[in-house]
Amino acid sequence: MALSIEDIKKVAHLARIEVSESDAAATLTKLTGILGLIEQMQAVDTTGIEPMSHSQDLSQRLRDDIVTKTNLRDEFQKNAPALGNGSTEPAVAGGLYLVPKVIE
Amino acid sequence: MEWEVVIGLETHTQLRTNTKIFSGASIKYGAEPNTQACEVSIALPGVLPVLNKEAVQCAIKFGLAINAHIAPRSVFARKNYFYPDLPKGYQISQFELPVVGKGAVTIQVPAVGKNSAYEKVVNITRAHLEEDAGKSVHGAVEGMSGIDLNRAGTPLLEIVTEPDMRSAAEAVAYAKKLHELVQWIGICDGNMQEGSFRCDVNVSVRPKGTEKLGTRREIKNLNSFKFMTQAIEYETRWQIETLEDGGTIQQATVLFNPDTGETRSMRSKEEANDYRYFPDPDLLPLVISEADKDAVRATMPELPEAMKARFEAEYALSSYDSNALTTSRDLANYFVATVDAGADAKQSANWVMGILAAKLNAADTSIIDSPINAQQLAQLLRRIGDNTISNNAAKQVFEALWNAEGSVDDIIAAKGLKQESDSGAIEAIIDEVLAANAAMVDEFKAGKEKAFNALVGQAMKASKGKANPAQVNDILKKKLS
Amino acid sequence: MMNSSPINLSLSQLGEMLQAKKISSVELTQTFLDRIQQYNPSINAYIALDEGKTLAQAKAADARIAAGNTAPLTGIPIAQKDIFCAKGWQTTCGSKMLANFIAPYDAHIITQFDAAGAVNLGKTNMDEFAMGSSNETSYFGGVKNPWSFDRVPGGSSGGSAAAVAARLCAAATGTDTGGSIRQPASLCGFTGLKPTYGAVSRFGMIAFASSLDQAGPMAKSAEDCALMMNVMAGFDERDSTSLNREKEDYTRDLNLPLQGLKVGLPKEYFAEGLDASVGKVIEAAIAEYKKLGAEIVDISLPNTGLSIPVYYVLAPAEASSNLSRYDGVRYGHRAAEYTDLMDMYNKSRAEGFGAEVKRRILIGTYVLSAGYYDAYYLKAQQIRRLIAQDFVEAFKKCDVIMGPAAPSTAFKAGEKVDDPVAMYLQDIYTISTNLAGLPGMSIPAGFAQSDDGVSLPVGLQIIGNYFDEARMLNVAHQYQQVTDWHERMPELVLPKEVK
Repeated sequence: MALSIEDIKKVAHLARIEVSESDAAATLTKLTGILGLIEQMQAVDTTGIEPMSHSQDLSQRLRDDIVTKTNLRDEFQKNAPALGNGSTEPAVAGGLYLVPKVIE
Repeated sequence: MEWEVVIGLETHTQLRTNTKIFSGASIKYGAEPNTQACEVSIALPGVLPVLNKEAVQCAIKFGLAINAHIAPRSVFARKNYFYPDLPKGYQISQFELPVVGKGAVTIQVPAVGKNSAYEKVVNITRAHLEEDAGKSVHGAVEGMSGIDLNRAGTPLLEIVTEPDMRSAAEAVAYAKKLHELVQWIGICDGNMQEGSFRCDVNVSVRPKGTEKLGTRREIKNLNSFKFMTQAIEYETRWQIETLEDGGTIQQATVLFNPDTGETRSMRSKEEANDYRYFPDPDLLPLVISEADKDAVRATMPELPEAMKARFEAEYALSSYDSNALTTSRDLANYFVATVDAGADAKQSANWVMGILAAKLNAADTSIIDSPINAQQLAQLLRRIGDNTISNNAAKQVFEALWNAEGSVDDIIAAKGLKQESDSGAIEAIIDEVLAANAAMVDEFKAGKEKAFNALVGQAMKASKGKANPAQVNDILKKKLS
Repeated sequence: MMNSSPINLSLSQLGEMLQAKKISSVELTQTFLDRIQQYNPSINAYIALDEGKTLAQAKAADARIAAGNTAPLTGIPIAQKDIFCAKGWQTTCGSKMLANFIAPYDAHIITQFDAAGAVNLGKTNMDEFAMGSSNETSYFGGVKNPWSFDRVPGGSSGGSAAAVAARLCAAATGTDTGGSIRQPASLCGFTGLKPTYGAVSRFGMIAFASSLDQAGPMAKSAEDCALMMNVMAGFDERDSTSLNREKEDYTRDLNLPLQGLKVGLPKEYFAEGLDASVGKVIEAAIAEYKKLGAEIVDISLPNTGLSIPVYYVLAPAEASSNLSRYDGVRYGHRAAEYTDLMDMYNKSRAEGFGAEVKRRILIGTYVLSAGYYDAYYLKAQQIRRLIAQDFVEAFKKCDVIMGPAAPSTAFKAGEKVDDPVAMYLQDIYTISTNLAGLPGMSIPAGFAQSDDGVSLPVGLQIIGNYFDEARMLNVAHQYQQVTDWHERMPELVLPKEVK
């Protein structure tokens, strides 16, 4: 499965990482090398083998439905990034996190 | 060409828990922005999810209620996409192995126009647990959106049907039935204004008689039955017109605008969706044993279907009455309490669904907030049954009870509504009436049936309406024979 | 204050001195802080230091000691890998993305160390988001190997590794997703343990690949690692993958004899790809074990070669999703200029992440994307089971498995930086234990001469069955009773007193 520049751009878009034309070419070379490594898997016959997600065959533990969290909004929002586009103010207002307008 | 509409629903029911599905933050509605957004809700680096037991029990309850297969092992998966109200950049949901598998819901589709009412089975494909996203708030700051993550992580059960419905009426009947059911079994508060019960409706059309499904468009986030009807009707018309004009339908996500009554395609969000689902490595498989199911089953209320059958068998009610009384658990409970307090079942059914329902409806009040409780209604009905008051008088007592004017017996006494049931006294009145209306008696004897009713009327008038009408009838008949 | 430096003492010796009040925690802590001040500018082992906080903890520890309320690590200065959230501490995970992030809560292990009265010396440097085998992907610069400053310390726990080797802490914590404790332990010459998956809670440990990440101790000796494990390991209800097992004492078996121990040598660990000089050291170590009474068994782990391809599907896939939260909305780097939401995401993430992290996000996104999931992700999970089954078979024949921890000694900075595939092969002997969820450790086993004539440490890897950490520590400890490789200290950082 040879990788193309278009694949790189598509994947970069899905991952929300800006990639310039020159970056895309360099990335293509490196990712092609890594995929070459990965391709070794295709030689293995895995028919009927149960995929392994966890190393231990355990089941999910359940938590009691009791409120244990308190309001730490102000503490958490001290880490808010700077708004950007000329403003160094934190990207919060009235307790809300601020982002560029969301269009539906 | 005649067209057929094909409809399937995906309903997000917010589960009635205290805390979020994967953290101990409260899910109480209406809190200040982000005050219920704990470190897990805002996806700080290093935080991990732990599953809420109550959310799982809600899912089991629902599975049991629709006779569904409950998966002995189900898996949480990550649905990856970027959106500011989705703090982790993925939603924890269930994909390949949902907790609830195939089940079914029987709906009653009401009569519309010349079509009479009918019953129909809607098949449930699956129901899975997942977390809700936060909310985007617009207008707080010019040109920006504000993100409130209080709702992020709220437990949802997404219930998916097969494309089994063939009209807006069927879709709404299903949605209403489901809405009642999730409240009946106590897993959802059903509050549609607050978004506790939201429907996505998949609509497609095809030439009647063909099998192949048309391309569907999904109407997102309908939170009222009225809008659902309008949206489906509009969407169906639009699709048919588009096809008849030679156009094609593109798969799309659309929003319904209640102001215009139209649906429109969403501009962003969807593009080339590639959610890259994979099993969430932070969570282990959810295992549900027979014992777990039994434990939940023991806490379940009698389900509407079972109760309906019981009403028919135990109270000899008609299928129609039993069905109507079991459309909501509060209504059914009220009815049962009325009967348990000594009232006649058929009479209770008539009053609960008739006069009481009309009054509640006019006052925009629900049955749990009814000013007349089941014990009071039962006492009223008993006073009809023991001939203390007539049906007409009972309606007056009902009004007075509604207005909290006292107990049933106090009201009867205060208003002088007790009916005359002393046969001697009634005979005396009738004798007087017969004596004073010889002409009518003659007419009756000549074969004019109407004259009899006139004589009853005279007797009732003479008793000032208090005589028991049945007794008046009997005695009068005897005297004239 | 004692005359000779306490920096080479074991944790139990330090604990005894503290409790006997021969030294105070403040003095001990200051000794390390002084060394950090002296050597960190050249070694770059620490990203964040906060003398005020550190000394306040030391003072509190001294008060605890005075009150007689002590635990084995009370008053001992520990370096924390910067992957662990520690309340009030800058917690960067080696990334520009989190360069300004002050953790508002404590990771489980931080809480455990605090409860034990240990002192947090500072946050150690690491490959960005733990992605790397040389510490060269850190936004905060590379770390020097204390044995040879032009070489790398290994990664991703390179800062902790250099700090332990250079005695810039009494012990340190690390995390190991594909070898990030064991490979640097091998390259820097100390003892590092990656426990059974689930033994140490991941709560508050910034995720790289959730199904593989595991925290563990990095210290001078097996005994020190056992004492660290006593603090770090244990059930935590906040991590769904935390194992609900009874608390154990990892020191309990240290002194058991090794007579009759069956040591499995997987032929795949001694095949092509292993530096001959490293192989020789490992053989000598095996010979030493024979003298201790061990019986050598030849075994095979036939799918070893597949562990790297499997890992480079699964780890990037999980990472691509785990790192989606860094979107510049609630914390972390947000681009200074952007036009709209999409632009903000694209720029913030392009600027905030380094090249290797971006590569792995892209690979992970690719293998999960529509049409490729079955061929890559599912296939990798199936082969993961085959790899785990290799170990099940192997442990039917032996008690522990031994081999090299890394194919070579420390390589020169910049040597592999442009060749990710060559870099990934560094983890050929360590990755399969992560995939299987097994415990593994690396202990100093001697030195090998580099081409340019530098003597560099070599680590012997010991792999145990699930939950066999106490046994592995025993196996390591007995070796350390008859060898002194673990006591060697790099010349470059020798304190004046003992020079």
